[in-house]
Amino acid sequence: MASKELEFIKTNKTGLAFRDTLIMIKRSSRHILRNIDQLLGTFFQPIMFLVLFAAVFGGAIELALPEGVSYLSFLMAGIIVQTLAFGSTTTAVAISNDLQKGIVDRFRSLPMNNLAVITGHVVSDVFRNSISTAVMIVVGLIIGFRPQADFLGWIAIIGILLLFTLAFSWLMAIMGVIAKSVEAVQWLTFIIIFPLTFASSAFVPTDGMPRALKAFAENQPITQVIEAIRALFLDFPTENYIWTAVAWCIAAIVVAVPIAAYVYRKKSA
Amino acid sequence: MKQSIKVTNLHKSYGKVKVLKGVNFKVEKGTILALLGPNGAGKTTTVRILSTLLSYDKGKVQVNGFDVKQDADKVRSVIGLTGQAAAVDELLTGRENLVMMGRLYRLTSASAKQRAEELLKDFDLVDAADRPAKTYSGGMRRRLDLAVSLIAAPPLIFLDEPTTGLDPRSRKAMWKIIENLVKEGTTILLTTQYLEEADQLADNIIVIDGGKVIAEGTAKQLKSKIGKDRLELGFASNKVFQQAKKAIKNQGVDTNDKELLLSIPVKNSSRDVRDILDKLEKEKITVDNIAIHKPTLDDVFLSVTGKEDK
Repeated sequence: MASKELEFIKTNKTGLAFRDTLIMIKRSSRHILRNIDQLLGTFFQPIMFLVLFAAVFGGAIELALPEGVSYLSFLMAGIIVQTLAFGSTTTAVAISNDLQKGIVDRFRSLPMNNLAVITGHVVSDVFRNSISTAVMIVVGLIIGFRPQADFLGWIAIIGILLLFTLAFSWLMAIMGVIAKSVEAVQWLTFIIIFPLTFASSAFVPTDGMPRALKAFAENQPITQVIEAIRALFLDFPTENYIWTAVAWCIAAIVVAVPIAAYVYRKKSA
Repeated sequence: MKQSIKVTNLHKSYGKVKVLKGVNFKVEKGTILALLGPNGAGKTTTVRILSTLLSYDKGKVQVNGFDVKQDADKVRSVIGLTGQAAAVDELLTGRENLVMMGRLYRLTSASAKQRAEELLKDFDLVDAADRPAKTYSGGMRRRLDLAVSLIAAPPLIFLDEPTTGLDPRSRKAMWKIIENLVKEGTTILLTTQYLEEADQLADNIIVIDGGKVIAEGTAKQLKSKIGKDRLELGFASNKVFQQAKKAIKNQGVDTNDKELLLSIPVKNSSRDVRDILDKLEKEKITVDNIAIHKPTLDDVFLSVTGKEDK
């Protein structure tokens, strides 16, 4: 059957692992483009959230905001971060799907780098989240969002958002591996992300929260990211937010990658 | 190195449940071994261990001379695995599946593409090559799955129940493919619950039950172990049947009172059969129908797995 001699790649281990990762990123990205339902969600859900929140809460919450800050300007950072956090659950769902459908067995029987399966999903999820974010910013601009960030500010915004979605996707990758089914992934990720994003400064200033909740909301990592982005958007003083946000994200990645790799290897062995 | 697979004293438990209790077998290069057994006998567990997907507790497992524990990556580059659930990427097309897996086997892109085209042609998937695999029928999916495991032309293929759930035509097509693979020198380890399949394809058969090898040999050897041909005689009425029962005093006669059947073991078929028929003729007992029953692997299976008490 094999008529011509087959040629095999010969390079070192790192090179092969890198190549495997690229192959898997291509695979997961194709999934995103072909999963039409999910793709529509990627476009419309953030728009819906943005418009609804701005319209429903805008009038009431603006009263609690500093002079001259519109609710839309305040909301933008929060809603982008929330969308990224929820968007990263796609990584968990994709990994869980792979595990349920048995294709992971196929991958594990190949002489490939196994972490590439997860890395592929994580990286392509970052692509998808970038699309969501771009859509939201454009819609925001259309309905009256006027960011004050300069060029460097935008670079910082993009950098932090990328780092955040990368970190969250890696955390979600762990959920995807340990959950027993896709349904389990969905509720597991929901009960983690929903409180984290709502008990933050995403939608309202923390001043009006009960004391314990306020202490949590102001110090938890998602608020650091939101405050950093918000300050950059509005050209407010960024205080320590950028560094704490970056530190949290890097710490999450450093912890999550080896854990994800470990549970993935344990899962089916 | 003549042996493609060498399994020595293999033990595996899931918690307290002992699945494999000291399995031994060898597979010669270029042959097909069928692992035959009922559900839960340990067939899939054995295949998963051999294909590096599962660790084991005790014993030694070598594939193409490599130890599956110590040299897992080397083992992975010489095997192809087709599991029970067709493990193809449903959102990718048939062609994309093949090329991707080929590249993951370390083929160059050019080689992977060229090989994918060959396999699409060989497996009759050219027309469906650019459709997502989720639109494939069960038979097409299995063919794609098998094609994927052949993409790097590995010398050893594991087929875990390759025809379970296929219609008879797809099953025949799959057999043809498997026969061609062996002609080209591929070694195959096949698990199946279909005795006909093992009989048709395998050079050697291992019957496994309760985590142990309970019989092994060629299909012919296994059948002869079980025994002899049997002469089956049917009678038109109970009266004649009773007369015949009295007349035939051979050893090991089975009687079926409901269907009015006598089943008589015969050693040297033609002479034994003639003797029996002559005797009945002499006593003026009319035989309604006659059949010679060759032992099938089903008989082997039932007798060695003890599912039928004789």
